Amino acid sequence: MIPFDYERPADVASAVAAVRRNPNAMFLAGGTNLVDHLKLGVAGPELLVDVSGLPLDEVAEQPDGRLRVGAAVRNSDLAAHPLVRRRFPVLAEALLAGASGQLRNAATTGGNLLQRTRCPYFQDISTPCNKRSPGAGCSAIGGHHRDMAVLGSSEHCVAAHPSDMAVAMSALDAVVRIQGMEGERSVELPEFHRLPGDEPHRDTVLQHGELITAVDLPGSAPRSTYRKVRDRASFAFALVSVAAVLEVEDGAVREVRLALGGVAHKPWRATRAEEVLRGGPAEESAFRAAAEEELADARPLAGNAFKVPLARKLITGVLRDLADQAGEER
Amino acid sequence: MVVRWVVDGVRCEVEVEPRVTVLDALRERLGVRSPKKGCDHGQCGACTVLLDGRRVLSCLALAVAQDGAEIVTAEGLGAVWRAGTGELGGGDPFGSPAAGSTAGRDSGEAGARDRGGPGSGETGRSGSGAAGTGPSEPGELGTGSEQDPEPLHPVAQAFLDHDGFQCGYCTPGQVCSAVGMLDEARRGWPSHVTADVAAEPELTDAEIRERMSGNLCRCGAYPNILAAIRQAAGGEVQR
Amino acid sequence: MTELDPRAIGAPLERTDGRAKVTGTAAYAFEQPVADPLYVHPVQSTIARGRIRHVDTDTAADLEGVVAVLTHLNAPGLAEHDPELHVLQSPEIAFRGQPVAAVLAETPEIARHAAGLVRVDYEQEEHDVVLRADHPQLYAPEVVNPSFPTDTAEGDPEASAEVEVDHEYSTPMEHNNPMEPHATVAVWAGGHLTLHDSTQGVHKARSRLAPVLGLPEERIRVVSPHVGGGFGSKGTAHAHNVLAALAARVAGGRAVKLALTRQQMFDLVGHRTPTIQRVRLGADRDGRLSVVVHDVVEHTSKVQEFAEQTAVSTRTVYAAPNRRTSHRLAPLDVPVPFWMRAPGEAPGMFATEVAMDELAEACGLDPIELRLRNEPATDPSSGLPYSARNLAECLRAGAVRFGWEERDPRPASRWDGDWLVGLGVAAATYPRYYSPGSVAVIRFQGGRYLVRIGAADIGTGTRTALAQIAADALGCGFRDVLLELGDTDLPTATVEGGSSGLASWGATVVAAAERFRAEFGDDPADGAETSAETPEDPAGGTVATHSFGAHFAEARVNALTGEVRVPRMLGVFSVGRVVNPRTARSQLIGGMVMGLSAALHEHSVLDPRFGHVVNRDFAQYHVAAHADVADVEAFWLDEHDPHAGPSGGRGIGEIGIVGSPAAIANAVHHATGVRIRDLPITPDVLIR
Repeated sequence: MIPFDYERPADVASAVAAVRRNPNAMFLAGGTNLVDHLKLGVAGPELLVDVSGLPLDEVAEQPDGRLRVGAAVRNSDLAAHPLVRRRFPVLAEALLAGASGQLRNAATTGGNLLQRTRCPYFQDISTPCNKRSPGAGCSAIGGHHRDMAVLGSSEHCVAAHPSDMAVAMSALDAVVRIQGMEGERSVELPEFHRLPGDEPHRDTVLQHGELITAVDLPGSAPRSTYRKVRDRASFAFALVSVAAVLEVEDGAVREVRLALGGVAHKPWRATRAEEVLRGGPAEESAFRAAAEEELADARPLAGNAFKVPLARKLITGVLRDLADQAGEER
Repeated sequence: MVVRWVVDGVRCEVEVEPRVTVLDALRERLGVRSPKKGCDHGQCGACTVLLDGRRVLSCLALAVAQDGAEIVTAEGLGAVWRAGTGELGGGDPFGSPAAGSTAGRDSGEAGARDRGGPGSGETGRSGSGAAGTGPSEPGELGTGSEQDPEPLHPVAQAFLDHDGFQCGYCTPGQVCSAVGMLDEARRGWPSHVTADVAAEPELTDAEIRERMSGNLCRCGAYPNILAAIRQAAGGEVQR
Repeated sequence: MTELDPRAIGAPLERTDGRAKVTGTAAYAFEQPVADPLYVHPVQSTIARGRIRHVDTDTAADLEGVVAVLTHLNAPGLAEHDPELHVLQSPEIAFRGQPVAAVLAETPEIARHAAGLVRVDYEQEEHDVVLRADHPQLYAPEVVNPSFPTDTAEGDPEASAEVEVDHEYSTPMEHNNPMEPHATVAVWAGGHLTLHDSTQGVHKARSRLAPVLGLPEERIRVVSPHVGGGFGSKGTAHAHNVLAALAARVAGGRAVKLALTRQQMFDLVGHRTPTIQRVRLGADRDGRLSVVVHDVVEHTSKVQEFAEQTAVSTRTVYAAPNRRTSHRLAPLDVPVPFWMRAPGEAPGMFATEVAMDELAEACGLDPIELRLRNEPATDPSSGLPYSARNLAECLRAGAVRFGWEERDPRPASRWDGDWLVGLGVAAATYPRYYSPGSVAVIRFQGGRYLVRIGAADIGTGTRTALAQIAADALGCGFRDVLLELGDTDLPTATVEGGSSGLASWGATVVAAAERFRAEFGDDPADGAETSAETPEDPAGGTVATHSFGAHFAEARVNALTGEVRVPRMLGVFSVGRVVNPRTARSQLIGGMVMGLSAALHEHSVLDPRFGHVVNRDFAQYHVAAHADVADVEAFWLDEHDPHAGPSGGRGIGEIGIVGSPAAIANAVHHATGVRIRDLPITPDVLIR
C-alpha cells in the first residue's frame, strides 16, 4: 500500500471537511473492508480520516418511532440489540449470517453499506476491471463469474454486492442519513446503491466527502426473516439470499417486502414480486408465480445461471415458511 | 506516530507509521508473536486477539487507530486471567480479561507493568524457540518453570486436554476467539444458528461451531476444538 | 526384527509441544528472533509465457528504506540449474506468478509498496493452461511419483463383462494451503547461511538448496522446530527459499525475512493437479470383478515434471484378471505441481470408489457387500502376500458403528423436512512407505537420554510419538527422554512424506537405542553416546505393506437449494500399531476433514485467459470451516504389523483423506439419486 496520513477528528463536521477537501482522502471506520483493499492495492488513499470514534455509535428510538442506528455501531452490537431482534429479526439474522464473529465486532453499519464487490478481478489489480479503472474492460463477463450478478448488470460490469445487512435494510425501507458539506440529506436505502450502468466505478450515490451518520429503520417487521445460501455452512458470501417481510391476514398477503442478495450490483428490492403478491393468496403457488415474475428479466451468465432457479426456489421457500409461521401463530 | 498499549498486562509503546497493522506491530516491533499471520486479510482468524475485551482480527486493525487499547494474546491470556481473578480455580474463568482492571482506553493501570524501552523490536521474550520440547522458559509474566508451570487459562487448558490442535499455527487465534466467543454467548448474543433470534440462545454444539467459524483450521482439529470449548464452557453447553 | 515392549507406546500422551502451541510461544520460521532484519517482497510475472523485455526498478529503488531490488539483471548467480529454483537468473517466463524481482527493505510495508512500483515489460507468448482429455501434447512420463510404472496391464482390459460401468470422473486443481504460509529467515554470516525455515525436512531442503546456491552442505544450516502445517507443500525447497538466500547475500550480514502472502501461496509452493479419470469396471452378476481399467489424464508444469500417481492405488485395492492403469500428462504453462496430502491416492480413489458404488448399484448389491466379495488374497500390484489386509474388518466394524443396517438402499427415499438424507461408504488404501537414510544419535546426559534426529513435526505429533518409541526402546521413562528434531545440525533424516516419518525415524531410533544398550548397558556413564542408521526394511520385498480403511458418511441435501451438509463421518482403519492414540486420532480425523473439504469446497480456478488462479485467498478458495464439520470419528483395528518396523505402524497421516470424498459423493447419490462424478459438490451442481 502507498503511504498515507491518519487523522482522527473529534466531530462529524471536521471529518466531512477533511475528506471533502482532499480528493485522495477516505473515511476509515472498522477497516474490515478498507484495510483489506489497502493491502491489495485496490484502494490507495493518501489520507485516512478515522470516524470510528465519532458519537455515531448508538441505537436509539426516535420520537416518531423509527429506530436510528448510528453509522459507527458495530455489526455485532446491532445484531444483539434487543430492539433489533424483536422488531426487525430479518436484520439481526442478516447481520449474523455475514462474515465471522471477529469481523462483526469491528465492522460498522456505515462500512457494511459501503463494502465493495468480491469479484476476483476487482480485487486483483493485475486483471482488467472497469470498476477499478473505467474503460479497462470487465474480466468477469468472460471469466470466473460464478458469484456475480444475474439482474441489473451491464456490459461493463456484472459485480454483485456482498452485504447481507444491506439486503435486510432494503426490505425494511431503511433510510440512510448522510452528512455533507452542504448539510444533511436522506436517501432511501433501495436508492442508495446503484446499478453499474455506464459508471460501474460508482457503487452508491454518495459524493466524495459525504459521511453516513445513521440508518433509520421505520416501523417494525416482527414477521420477517433472512435466508442465505452459500458454499460453506458459515463464513462465506451469499450465492443468493432473501430478506422477506410478510404479513398475512385471512389467508391473503396483507404486506410483503422482499429483497435479494448475491444477484445484483445492489440489494435487489423485488418490487415486481411484491406487486404480484400484495392482496393475493398466501399460498405457495402464488409465491412461485411472484418469484418467476421477479426473475423474468434475469440475464445470467454461463457460469451463474444456477442463481435464477435458486433465487426462485429460495423466495418461494422463505415466503412459504413465513406464511406457515403466521398460520401457526393463530 | 506513537501508540500506547497494554499488551498481555504489560504497558508498552511503539512508534509506527499508519500502514502498520496491530498484528505486525505486535509481531515485528513488540516481539509478541503469539498472534499469527495466516492470510493477512481477515479470512482465517489466526491473528485473533482480544482488544478491549472483544475478539477482533489484528491483521485488519491499523495500529494508529487503536491507540490506548488493551490487548490480550494467547501468550498472556493465562497471566492476565490469573491477575484478574486473583486466585486459581475460584472466580469466573470467563470474566473479561484483566477483570481487575478497568477496560477501555484510558487506563491499563491495574496489573500493567512496564515493558523496557519504547518498542524497538525484540524484548527478549523467550519461547520454546529452537528445537524446544517443553514449556516456555520463565518470562516476564511468570509463565513458570518447566517443572511447575503456571496454570493455563481454562480455555487453553481445555485445548491441551482435548488435543484441539495439531500444527498449532491457528491455535493462539482459536484460543483467543473462544474466550471472546464464550463471553459473547454469556451476554446472550444470538448467532446465525439460533432458532429464534429474539430469544436467549443456548450454547449447543451447533452454536459453538457457528460462532467459531471465523477461525479456520487446515489440520482439521475442529471436532477436538469443539470438545475443548465444550469443556471450557462447563455445564452450559447442550449437545 | 525386535519388537518393542510397549509401555509409552500406545499411551495417549499429551503433546510435548502442546503447552507452547496453546500459548502461542512455539516459534515458527518467521518468528525466530533476529536483530534488525530486512524484509523481502517478491514481484511476480503477470504473463504466463514469454520473456521479460525490460524491467524498471528505479522508482522502487529510490523509495526510502529500500535496500536493494533484485532482478535477473543483478541478482547473484546460482550454480546448479534446478528448474523450479532457478529464480532471477533469466528473462524467460514459464508461468504466471513466477518471481521476476525481489525487493529488500527496512520494513515489510516499504518492501511491499516498492514491489508494486517495479515495472516490467514483457514479450508475451500464447500460453496453454487448460487440461483436456484430448490435449494434443499428452505424453506418458517415464515413471509416476515417486517411481511407480506409468502404465500397467494384465489380461485383456477391453474384455466385456456381464455388468459394466464406464464413466469419467474429475477432480479440480487444489492447493495445500497450510495455515502457516511458507516463510524463511535467512542470515549470511562468515560464509555460512542459516535458514530458519518451515519445512517437512531440513536435510532435504538443504541438500536441494546447496548445489543451487553453490555451497557445500556444511555451510548451510536449516532450522525448523515448528511447522504450521505442510500437507506436502513443504516437502521440498521452493523458489522463495532461493529468493531469501539471494536477498541475504546482498543484505550486508543482516537477516532477511520472507513470508509468502496467502495469494502467493497459489503460485509458488506446489499444488495438486486437476485430474480427468476414466474408470471402467466389469463384473459378473454376483459382483465379482473381471475388469478394472483406470486411465488418468492430468497436468504437469513445463518447468519441471511432477506426475501424480493417481491410478496407482487401483493396482492394489482390487484384483481382476483384466486390468489396466495409465497416466498421461499434459505439459502446461503452469507452476510446478507437487505433493498434496496423499498424492495419487486422494484423487484416484475418489474415482475408483464412486465407480465401485456405481457398480454396486448396477449389480443390485449393497456397496459394502460388493467390496467384501472382491477381497484379494495377495496384493494384485506386487503379487506378494499382504502383511495385513483387513479392509473387510474395517468395513464390517464401520457398518455396525454407523448403523448401516438401517439404511434403505433405495436412493432419494429418506426425507427430513426439506433435506434428503443418504449414507455412503468407500474404501481407502495407502501404501506403507519406509524411508532408509536417517541417523539417530542417543546420548545419556544429566540423567536423561538426548535423542537427536533431523526429523520434522508438522502437526503430526511426531515430537511426542518418537519420544515414546525411544522410551520403550531404551526401557526408560517417557520423561527421561529429551527429543530434538528439526535442525540440520542434528543427524540426517529423511523428509516427512508418504506417512513414512514416524515408522522410519522410529526404526532408526530403535536401532540407536539397541546399540546404546549393547554398548553401555543399563547404567550408562554421563556422556555415553552412540548412533545408528535406519535399518533395512523389515518387509524388504517379502510382503506387501499397505494400510486400509473404510469411510462412512451421512449427507443431507437441501431439495430447494442444493446445499450439502455432512453431519456424520466415520473412518475405521487398519494401520498397524498406533503409537499415540491421541495424536493418531487427530491425524486421521484431520485427514477426513480435509477429505470433506475436497468433496464439498476446494477448487483452484485457473483463468485460461490470464493463466493464474483467480480465487486466490481463503474467502474464495474455501476450506472446510468449523460449521461444515460435525461429528467426525476415527477408529482403528487393534493390530500391530511387525513387517512395518519395530513400532509396528504403517503410517496414518494421509489415509484419512483417501476415500472420504467418495464416501460423501456416494452419500449424496444415495440421498438424491443424482450421481456426481466431479468435485467439488457445490449447491449449483445439485440445483435442478
